[in-house]
Amino acid sequence: MLKILKCAAAAIAACLPAGAAFAAWELNMPVGVTELSREIHGLHMLIFWVCVLIAVVVFGAMIYSIVKFRHSKGAIPATFDHSTKVEVVWTVIPIAILVGMAIPAAETLIKIEDMRGSDLSVKVTGYQWQWHYDYIDHNVNFFSRISRDSDAARQLNSGIDPTSVENYLLEVDKRLVVPVDSKIRILLTSSDVIHAWWVPAFGMKKDAYPGFVNELWFRATEPGIYRGQCAELCGYDHAFMPVVVEVKSKQDFDAWLQAQQAGDAPAAQPAAIDSQSDNASATTTVARAE
Amino acid sequence: MSTVHTHAGHQADTHHDAHDHHGPEKGWRRWVFATNHKDIGTMYLLFSLTMFFVGGTMAMIIRAELFQPGLQLVNPMFFNSMTTMHALVMIFGAVMPAFVGLANWMIPLQVGAPDMALPRMNNFSFWILPFAFTLLLSTLFVEGGAPASGWTMYPPLVLQTGDAFPLMIFAVHLMGASSIMGAINVIVTIMNMRAPGMSLLKMPLFTWSWLITAYLLIAVMPVLAGAVTMLLTDHYFGTTFFEAAGGGDPVMYQHIFWFFGHPEVYIMILPAFGIVSEIIPTFSRKRLFGYDAMVYAIASIAFLSFIVWAHHMFTVGMPLAGQMFFMLATMLIAVPTGVKVFNWTATMYKGSLSFEPPMLFALSFLFLFSIGGFSGLMLAIVPADFQYHDTYFVVAHFHYVLVPGAVFAIMAAVYYWLPKWTGHMYNNALAKAHFWASTIFVNVLFFPQHFLGLAGMPRRIPDYNTQFADWNMVSSIGAFGFGLSQLLLVAVIWQSVRGGVKATDKVWDSGMPHGLEWTLSSPPPYHSFEVAPEVK
Amino acid sequence: MAHAHTTHAPADKYYVPHGSPWPIIGSVSLFTTVLGAALWINESSSGPVLFSVGLLLVAFMFAGWFGTVIKESENRFYNEAVDRSFRMGMMWFIFSEVMFFAAFFGALWYARQYSVPWLGGEGVKVFTNYLLWDNFEAAWPTNGPGDVGGDFETIPAFGLPAINTAILLTSGVTITIAHHALKAGKRGMLNVFLALTFLLGFTFVFLQAEEYMEAYQHLNLTLGSGIYGSTFFMLTGFHGFHVTVGAIMLTVIWIRCLRGHFTPTHHFAFEGVAWYWHFVDVVWLGLFIFVYWL
Repeated sequence: MLKILKCAAAAIAACLPAGAAFAAWELNMPVGVTELSREIHGLHMLIFWVCVLIAVVVFGAMIYSIVKFRHSKGAIPATFDHSTKVEVVWTVIPIAILVGMAIPAAETLIKIEDMRGSDLSVKVTGYQWQWHYDYIDHNVNFFSRISRDSDAARQLNSGIDPTSVENYLLEVDKRLVVPVDSKIRILLTSSDVIHAWWVPAFGMKKDAYPGFVNELWFRATEPGIYRGQCAELCGYDHAFMPVVVEVKSKQDFDAWLQAQQAGDAPAAQPAAIDSQSDNASATTTVARAE
Repeated sequence: MSTVHTHAGHQADTHHDAHDHHGPEKGWRRWVFATNHKDIGTMYLLFSLTMFFVGGTMAMIIRAELFQPGLQLVNPMFFNSMTTMHALVMIFGAVMPAFVGLANWMIPLQVGAPDMALPRMNNFSFWILPFAFTLLLSTLFVEGGAPASGWTMYPPLVLQTGDAFPLMIFAVHLMGASSIMGAINVIVTIMNMRAPGMSLLKMPLFTWSWLITAYLLIAVMPVLAGAVTMLLTDHYFGTTFFEAAGGGDPVMYQHIFWFFGHPEVYIMILPAFGIVSEIIPTFSRKRLFGYDAMVYAIASIAFLSFIVWAHHMFTVGMPLAGQMFFMLATMLIAVPTGVKVFNWTATMYKGSLSFEPPMLFALSFLFLFSIGGFSGLMLAIVPADFQYHDTYFVVAHFHYVLVPGAVFAIMAAVYYWLPKWTGHMYNNALAKAHFWASTIFVNVLFFPQHFLGLAGMPRRIPDYNTQFADWNMVSSIGAFGFGLSQLLLVAVIWQSVRGGVKATDKVWDSGMPHGLEWTLSSPPPYHSFEVAPEVK
Repeated sequence: MAHAHTTHAPADKYYVPHGSPWPIIGSVSLFTTVLGAALWINESSSGPVLFSVGLLLVAFMFAGWFGTVIKESENRFYNEAVDRSFRMGMMWFIFSEVMFFAAFFGALWYARQYSVPWLGGEGVKVFTNYLLWDNFEAAWPTNGPGDVGGDFETIPAFGLPAINTAILLTSGVTITIAHHALKAGKRGMLNVFLALTFLLGFTFVFLQAEEYMEAYQHLNLTLGSGIYGSTFFMLTGFHGFHVTVGAIMLTVIWIRCLRGHFTPTHHFAFEGVAWYWHFVDVVWLGLFIFVYWL
C-alpha cells in the first residue's frame, strides 16, 4: 500500500511541471528532487501511517461501542468508571510511539540545518511583489516577477481563462538558475515585509524578513524546472509572486552564468539593487516609510 | 462527581415564587443593566450567534472567490481583509463569547451558587464586546480598508494598514479587557462559591475545564495587549521593537504573539473538552471513565500550552536547539490529548448509548477533532512542517479542531442545555437534520483542503494555479452547504424559545445526567441557588 | 440598589446587586475614549475632543461605580463570602497586570539575548551582519545598526533611579505600618502613614518626570532611540502610569480613612490598594535591576 501511494505520488510529481491544463485530484505531497525532500516525504508518510494506525484502533473502538452498546437494543450499562492500569498503559504507549517518530525527525532536522560547504550562494531578497536574486560571488543579479500572461489573466474580471495560460501564476519573467548536484545556499532577506521562499520539490521553505538574513540549502539531483510560491502573507499581491527555479547541468549553468556576466545582468535595475543590498539602513526605511 | 440532595433546588424554587421582586426587570433595563448570570449568558450566546453569521458571511465570500481560478468577485486586498476579519470575528466574537456565555449560564448552576461572584463586572465584560466589534467592523468602511494582514497582525505588513490600524488595535484591547474580567469572574465564582461539600475533585468537568481556561486567559490576554501596544507605538510613536535598524526584530512580535496565541488555541478547546465530558456519560448511561485522569490531562495540556508557542513559526529561522525543543514539547501534547480521547471511548464502552442531538454532535466532535489532532501531530514534525507550513494543510488542520472541534462542542452544549434554559424541548427532527447537514458539509468543506495543502497551495491567496481547481470547487460547495445548514440551528433555537413540550427538571430521561443543574426547575429560578445545596 | 435583602439580615446571604447602570456607562466611556484616540491618531480634528470626553466619562464611571460599592460596603451588604470574592478578584487582576509587564520584559530580554547579538553577527545569523549590517557590533545599550534616533546617553542606575528605589521601598514600609495601625485601631497613625505613602508615591512620579526631561533635553534618550529607548520608555512609562494610578487609589483610601471608613476587621479596599502598591513596588525592582542597572 505504502509503495503504491509512493508510486502514485511520484507519478503526480512527474506530471507537475507539465502544468496548466492538467486537472488534478491530487491527494498527497509530491516527492521532491533533493535527498532531503525525499527524506521529508518519507517522514510525512511515516507519521501519516502511524496516525492511520492509531485512527483505526481508536475509531474502531468508538464505532464498536456505538454499534454494540445501544440503548435501543436494550444494552445494560456497566458500572466501572476508572482503572489506573489502563490510564498508565495509554499514557506510556503513545510516549513510546512519539519517541519513535521524534528520532528520525530529529535526524533529518539536523541534516537540514547543516549549512556547511556550499558550492554556490544566492542572496534572495523579497520585495512587494517580486523576488530579487543576487549571485553574490559572481556579480550577477536580477529581479524575477510573475510572467506577463499570468499577470494579465489574474486581473479582476480579466476575461482571460486561467486554464488557457500555461503554468498560471507559476511562471516568472526570469528564473533562478542553479547547477544540478551542487549544494546551493540561499541567503534570504526582505526589503519590506515578511515573505517566504518555497519550492515544494526542494522540501524547503523559509521566511525572508527585513533586516535579517536566513539560510536554507538544497541540492537538486535532477535538472528541470521547479515551481513554488511566496508562502507568507505579504500584502495585496501575495498570491502573485511565484518562485521558479531552473536546475541545469553544470556545463549549461556555467554557460548561462557567463552569458549573464557578459551583458544581460545589468539590464535588471542594478542601481536599485546595489543601494538596497549595500546600504542596510535603507532596507528598513522602506518598511517604515510605508 | 456529585450526588445531590435534591430538596435544595425546589426550596430555592418556592423561595423564588415568594419574592416576586427578585425577578427580572422589565424592558431594556433587564438587558442593559443586567447583573443576572442567566441574562448575561443569554446575551453572550446571542452575540456569539450573530458574530458566527457575520464571520460566516465573510467565509462565504472567501469560498466564493476561491470557487474557481482567476479573480471574479473581489480584489486581492478585500480578500485579505476577509480572511483577516473572518478569523478575528470567529475567534474573538463567536467562539470565545459562546464559551463565556455557557460559563455564565452553567457554572453557577453547576457549583450551586446564586449567581456569578462579581455580577456588575460580569455585565461590563459582556457589554464591552458589542462596542469592541463595532470598532472592528467599522474598519470595513474606513480609508485604506479593513485590516488585511492576517489575524496574527505580523509586522511589518500590519504597519501598512490604513486608518483601520488604531481601530483594530483598540478593538483588540477592549476584547482583552472583556476576556480578563470574564475570566476573573469565572475563577472567583468557582473558587469561592461552590456549594458546601463540593470539593474541587467533585466539580463537573465543564466547570473544571473552564477554571483552567480562565487561568490561561488571565495569563495570556495581557500579553496580547502588550504585543499590540508595541505595534501601535512602532507605527506612530517611533519605537523600534520590531525593526532591525533599531535593534529590534519582526520575529520578536511573533514570539510574543504566539506566547498568547498558543494558549489561546486551548482557550478555545478546553471548554469543549469539558462539554463533551458532560454529554458522553449522560447518553452512555455510564459514569465518565477516569474522572481524575481527565482533570489532570486538562491541566497538563494547559501547562504544555505555554511552552510550545514557536511551533507556529518553525520557518522563521530559529536556532536548531529551539526547533528541537519546540518540536518535542509539541509532540508531548499528544499524550494528554490522547488520554482524553481514550477515556471518552472507554466511557462509551459497555455503556448504553442513545443518540440525541447533543450526543450526535459530541460523537462527531470525537471523530473529527481526532482528525485535527492527527494533522496537528504531523505539523509538529519540524522537517515535515517546512512543507506544510502556511499551506492549506494548516488551514484544514485548525479548521478541523475549531469547527467540528470547538464549534460542534458549542452546538452540542446548546442542544444539551437548551431545554434547561428555555423550559421547552426542541424539535428533535430539525436538530438531527442540522447535525447531519453540518457533519457532512463540514467534511466536504475542510477535508479536501488537506489535499490542496499537500499538493502545494499556499494559504491566504485569492487565486491559484489550475491544478488546485477541482478540490477548491469541492471545498467551496461544502462551505455553501455548511453555511446554509446553520440556518437550521437558528430555527431550532427560535422554536424552543417560543414554546414546545415542557422540559422536566432532568430534561434527559437517561437517568444519568448528574450535577446540580438538573436539580433545579427548567427553566431555573431567577436567582439560581438562593440556598446553597449540599453535596455529598 | 436597596431591595428586600438589605432590611433583614443582609449579611447571611451572598449579595447579588440588581441592575446597575455603571457597567454600561463604563463600556460607552471606554468606547468613546478609544474611538477618540483612534480618530486622533488618524488626524481627525474630532479625535482629541472625543478622547477627552471619553476620559471624563471613565472618571465619572469609576467615581459612580466605586461610590456605589463603598456605600454598600459601609452599609454592611457584604458578608465574608463577598469579601473573599473581592480579594480573589483583586489578586487575579494584579496577576494579569504582571503578565502585561511580562510582555515588555520579554521584549527587553529578547532584544538583549537574541536580536541585538544576531544583528552583530553572533549565533545562527552570521550573514545578517555580513550582508546587511557590516559595521555593527553588538553592545548594550544600543539604538541598533541604523543608529535610530542618533547618539544618546543612558541614565545611570545609581543616581536618581536609586533614590526612586529608596522612595518606593520606603512607601512599602509606610503602608505596612498604616495597615498595622488600622488593625490596631490607631486611626491617627493610620492617617499619617497613609498620607506619607501617597506623598512618597507622587514624589516618585515627580522625580520620574524630572528624569524623563533630563533624558529628552540633555541625553538625547527618547522613545525613538532604537530598541533601548523603546524598552526603556515603555517599561518605565507603563510603570510610572501604574504608580500614578496607585497613588490616586491611595489618596481615595486616605480620604475614606479620614471619613472614618474601615474597621480593624473589615477593610478589603485598603488591603486591595496595598497589594497593588506592593505590586508596583516589585515591578520597579525588576526595572531597576534589568533596565537601569544591568
